Amino acid sequence: MENVVQRLLKCSTSTFFQLHIVNCTGLGEEGVKAAVATSRLERGKLRRRTRAAVETGVGHREPGPRTRRCPQIAFCPAFCDPDSLPPRVGWIAAGALASIPTPAAHGSAPSIHKHGSSMASNSSSSGGSDRQRIAQQRLRIIAGHLQRPAGDDSALLAAECKDQGSKSDASSEEKTVPRRRQEIMKWNGWGYSDSRFLFNKKGQAEFTGKRYKLSGMIIPGLKEWFEGTFGANLQHKSPATPILNSSAVRPPTLNEAFVEELKSTGVPFSHDAEDRVFRAYGHCVHEIFALREGRIGRVPDLVVWPNCHNDVVKIVELACKHNVCLIPYGGGTSVSSALECPSEETRSIVSLDTSQMNRILWIDEKNLTAHVEAGIVGQDLERLLNESGYCTGHEPDSMEFSSLGGWVATRASGMKKNIYGNIEDLVVHIKMVTPRGVIEKSCQGPRMSTGPDVHHFILGSEGTLGVVTEVTMKIRPMPEYQKYGSVVFPNFEQGVACLREVAKQRCAPASIRLMDNEQFKFGHALKPQVSSIFTSFLDGLKKIYITKFKGFDPNRLCVATLLFEGNREKVLQHEKQVYDIAAKFGGLAAGEDNGQRGYMLTFVIAYLRDLGMDYYVMGESFETSVPWDRVLDICQNVKARIVHECKERGVQFTPLSTCRVTQTYDAGACVYFYFGFNYRGLSDPVHVYEQVEHAAREEILANGGSLSHHHGVGKLRKEWMSETVSNVGIGMLKSVKDYVDPNNIFGNRNLF
Amino acid sequence: MQHRDPMLQKRDEFEDMLEERRNSSDLRYALRCYTPVLYKGVTPCTAGALKNMVLQSAQIHFVIGQVSNETGRAVDDIQEEASAILEEMAHSLQLSTVRFFAFTLSKVFKTLFRSICVNEEGIQRLQQAIQEHPVVLLPSHRSYMDFLLMSYILYTYDLALPVIAAGMDFMGMKFVGEMLRMSGAFFIRRSFGGDKLYWAVFSEYVKTMLKNGFAPVEFFLEGTRSRTSKSLTPKLGLLNIAMDPFLKGEVFDVHLVPVSISYERILEEALYARELLGVPKPKESTSGLFKARKVLSEDYGSIHVYFGQPVSVRRLSQGKVDRGQFNLTPRHIPKRPSEEIHSFVNDSAYGLVRAQEENMVLKPWVLLASLLLQNHHGDQASGRARGMALDELTEQAVWLRDLSRQYGAFLHWPDHVPPPEVVSSSLSLHRGLLTITEGRVQLASEQAGGPAGPGEPPPVGPEEELLRQAVTVLSCVSYRNQALHVFLRPALLASAVHAASSSGKQEIFNSFSFLRNMFSNEFILCPGATVQDFEEACFLLVKTGALQVSQQEVVEVVVTERGHRTLAFLTSVLDPFLQGYQVVCRFLSEEANEALTEKQFVPTVRKFIIKRLLAGRLRYTEVLSSDLQKNALAALLRLGAVRKIKGAEPGTLKVNKVMVHSLEDALVWWDSHELPGLDNKINNNPLMDAAVK
Repeated sequence: MENVVQRLLKCSTSTFFQLHIVNCTGLGEEGVKAAVATSRLERGKLRRRTRAAVETGVGHREPGPRTRRCPQIAFCPAFCDPDSLPPRVGWIAAGALASIPTPAAHGSAPSIHKHGSSMASNSSSSGGSDRQRIAQQRLRIIAGHLQRPAGDDSALLAAECKDQGSKSDASSEEKTVPRRRQEIMKWNGWGYSDSRFLFNKKGQAEFTGKRYKLSGMIIPGLKEWFEGTFGANLQHKSPATPILNSSAVRPPTLNEAFVEELKSTGVPFSHDAEDRVFRAYGHCVHEIFALREGRIGRVPDLVVWPNCHNDVVKIVELACKHNVCLIPYGGGTSVSSALECPSEETRSIVSLDTSQMNRILWIDEKNLTAHVEAGIVGQDLERLLNESGYCTGHEPDSMEFSSLGGWVATRASGMKKNIYGNIEDLVVHIKMVTPRGVIEKSCQGPRMSTGPDVHHFILGSEGTLGVVTEVTMKIRPMPEYQKYGSVVFPNFEQGVACLREVAKQRCAPASIRLMDNEQFKFGHALKPQVSSIFTSFLDGLKKIYITKFKGFDPNRLCVATLLFEGNREKVLQHEKQVYDIAAKFGGLAAGEDNGQRGYMLTFVIAYLRDLGMDYYVMGESFETSVPWDRVLDICQNVKARIVHECKERGVQFTPLSTCRVTQTYDAGACVYFYFGFNYRGLSDPVHVYEQVEHAAREEILANGGSLSHHHGVGKLRKEWMSETVSNVGIGMLKSVKDYVDPNNIFGNRNLF
Repeated sequence: MQHRDPMLQKRDEFEDMLEERRNSSDLRYALRCYTPVLYKGVTPCTAGALKNMVLQSAQIHFVIGQVSNETGRAVDDIQEEASAILEEMAHSLQLSTVRFFAFTLSKVFKTLFRSICVNEEGIQRLQQAIQEHPVVLLPSHRSYMDFLLMSYILYTYDLALPVIAAGMDFMGMKFVGEMLRMSGAFFIRRSFGGDKLYWAVFSEYVKTMLKNGFAPVEFFLEGTRSRTSKSLTPKLGLLNIAMDPFLKGEVFDVHLVPVSISYERILEEALYARELLGVPKPKESTSGLFKARKVLSEDYGSIHVYFGQPVSVRRLSQGKVDRGQFNLTPRHIPKRPSEEIHSFVNDSAYGLVRAQEENMVLKPWVLLASLLLQNHHGDQASGRARGMALDELTEQAVWLRDLSRQYGAFLHWPDHVPPPEVVSSSLSLHRGLLTITEGRVQLASEQAGGPAGPGEPPPVGPEEELLRQAVTVLSCVSYRNQALHVFLRPALLASAVHAASSSGKQEIFNSFSFLRNMFSNEFILCPGATVQDFEEACFLLVKTGALQVSQQEVVEVVVTERGHRTLAFLTSVLDPFLQGYQVVCRFLSEEANEALTEKQFVPTVRKFIIKRLLAGRLRYTEVLSSDLQKNALAALLRLGAVRKIKGAEPGTLKVNKVMVHSLEDALVWWDSHELPGLDNKINNNPLMDAAVK
């Protein structure tokens, strides 16, 4: 039987890599096929081993019997009848596989919380039939591989659209992002509907759902931290409007001619109220707050779901023809008011949702690139590439929901940029549809001297010039080994000095982040309930060692979290180098667990904001980049400014004002600020919030910080653009806009 | 424009801190437990560690490199020099020395003063500020006492002891200099023009202390003791340094605390007068200080120290300074402050000096001195030295008391005591300056050189006599000057009304503006606030019924019946200054030759004035004050009527005689008491226009 599987696998790979192989010269086709198949398998094994190693927290270990046996339980009806599965099921199922290391699947063994792969999926897993389920999923993957290119034996694949008929409908349940987002996501909060924090009847915090490592767990320390930090009280609730009231949504202003012609193209669209509301907002605090109160402003009049580049070309043509305003929509994770419909817009507004353009069109192993439709969300992209043994390594904190096109349009940054680079480093080729036509480069040369790089008109254009439809991205073989780590510093100053030194020596791990004392405490409050007395005893010992023996002041110490990637030997060597530097700045290694929890925080913090809003606490984060010599000053001043402004504006309880350094560069760092306050008793909390954030941004700019490191400008930070890039700079941007989109079809009015 | 009524200004109550000293042991007080709270709870830093921080700073490194490049000297060599500069400069605050001072000063203060009154609410505000932000203390400077007194007060209230910028001249007194150093003074050279290294070390030293919040930094905005009791034009150097950490984002904020110290009787009273008259001030020496022991036997009344509202530099700079201007060059590279920052610091400095002025406590004697001086000059004009009857003086004083209160003066007039008693007790404290015979008071004419001037040869000629008389007059003037800031703006308006040929508001404003501009080196007049000052003056005069502003076709300003007294008083406040500037102009147009240098200016103009005074052609003895002469010259330089040229002799003055002459004309005209029938002289004077602008 194993032979069969091997053969099947080989087969799937070869067809999968068809495009690439066609391009290959010099190697016999068979030889290449074989080579590819083997290497892929090898990598697959390696990867599984690595994960197992990290999961058990012991280090490199042979894969457990469960994993090894997987291919052997291979038979099931689905496998026998590949046709019964739509083409993309396999891909999606791969995601389900990646989500296996959830606590449910692994019992009490600590499991890795790794972005994209383990963090979330749509599938629900139940403890009992795990083994069977895993097996089934693996089969589905294989089936998918087998079946996927069936009938697509030409190189035209990339240009073709997916079927829009019954097949895709059948598969919509399996997609991470369905057309109807409301099926799985909250309409007035962050993320999946089934995942949220709440205080249970006993007043203990818990996280619902089954998607995350923290799901289903009790977080005993959160209540005390929450009440102590914000002066909040569980008795004082500020619940959200539970249901979206469609009658609150203004009826759409439709451009009939446009709609008629759109119908004839066959591109799916909707003017359903829910669909439209979902595309009218990002995740700024004022947006979410309004939704929670059931207040709905101007929303798009129509939502359209192109399935491929050509669909987009058609839509843009029609929009130009009928003078309709287009607002591209990717993952909807904007925090810059970029998705807000301009109130002055009188034309019909069409939201162009790219979420259904989510295929990897080809992978080129020779050049290590992948050509991907821009609507794919981060977790799917990583998951699908992982299946082939690759990754992009681009992991922005929003990667569960944010899309490739969105990253390009906002100049996104991922937490592992130290190894993989930011989006501008990752992109090799971009295709964008504009009212003037399609812009793309003629080749995939890794660097060109052909005047200013036209990619840089696209990167960061925030949907003002067109829609990014396809992107060729660099890919890397998946890392063989991953290791988390953490270092405790006696104070923030020392921590920053250490990060600076690490950057100077250019030995930054995949990720290195420094949390200030407040965040350290926050992270601590998020520790799930410990089942074993031994663990809590150990924690106690650690605490005593650090605070008593080493003399760290618990109110000043701070922690850096680390993530190392690469081959095992190098990781260990690298780890030693970094810990040695840390020691010079008084840093003490504080274990993998702390590090891991730090990264987990990144993903749950957005959920936590919703919890806060249930109890009169409003919060937001914002970021900047700043030269090294300014890091400490900017942290201190912005935090102080927030506190100061809150006081000035009548906020009764001192707000949470905290920061962390999340990225290091040769010449500076990226700093993230978190700000939350208790708004009970304020008549217009959003206004207070906005004033404080405005003041904080002014403070950032006055302290030599940038307007944004990766969130973008949107409409929220527009007012500072001219001082940021100078008037001439604005003029340059405007002249590009005037040429590319003279009628302001892409009328979201972001940037300037 | 709406004006806040200065009368409504709320001020704190005072507590006498000597009272406790009189009732409990000074020794125990000096040895008590002293545990001040520092900024954000930082631990204090030893003087040595502080020096190291400074020498290792990026700024010093940079400047050392720069100097080395420019001069070709070895880096080590320059480093050594920097270290030596720091050694010469740095304080070495020691608690034991502070305790010594606490003990001795308690003894001294109790002997000299009746009370030292401090507003305790101000102390509380200061305490709060010290914990939250780096703090700069900005006391007014009228006496050597000032900074010892400040440290004494802070020690008493358990506040962090300040480090104090002191002039190098103190270092002349070997022992005392070191004592002061150990009580927190650090010493800066009076001038270090082009010395980059010195500037770098100095500014870095101050900034390091400030940024880290090791101690409040204290310095005198006015730069030196005011010999005239008028606030001096603020010096910007140290304020620039103090604001720099905020402007460059190194601290969240810096709080500036103006402190107003008012002495009922100034220790250096006669010393100052003599200095202004050209008797050089004795070099500070330890032995000189001991000679001053004589002062211990005198009664110096009380001291009032008012800690003003802390001023946040952050708030002050809001909308005025773009801190982003430091974004493009490394912050440790020294840069000349931009125009924007310069004018911000300048405005702030004026504002702070104004804040000092406003909280300066005025004693009844200040009003009496004003009245007595006016009377004195009246007497001189009429040639009869009669003095003032006590009851007349009392009546006028009460009138002036009410007027000054309406103008917002911080007057400490004991209202529960009958006015005649207030007057007589005030007079008795200053009896050295007066002669009281047959119920009439006048300035002492036969005064033997004031309390601190023994051993002078008996008067030999009219010149000596004149100078001796002048010592008394200038001493009195220094008290009158304490109230000048209260009357200044109304006085400028009164003079403008008086001088303007019509009562149109615009014309009066032009005339006001000319005067204000002319005197902006003499008084604290915030740059660019002409309109505001004018409106304030109008508001006050209208409020007190001295003027009416009728709004027919043109806005007209009319003097009311009862306003004449007020206006007469107010114009006579400015008269001596008008005459002083005028005579300086006269001197420059008549006597100045090609070779006149800045250095020679004061002695020669003084000779000129003495001649004219003796000839009876000048009314005001106080124009002998070198302060006034220098200010007049500065104004003329500013207006371009006189130019400094780089001749053979540095600082040679080149006089534009036409311009000086017409300025003099303008001033004469203001000064003349009968309104001449000249028409539109002001408006037709092109120079006036230039000056107004």
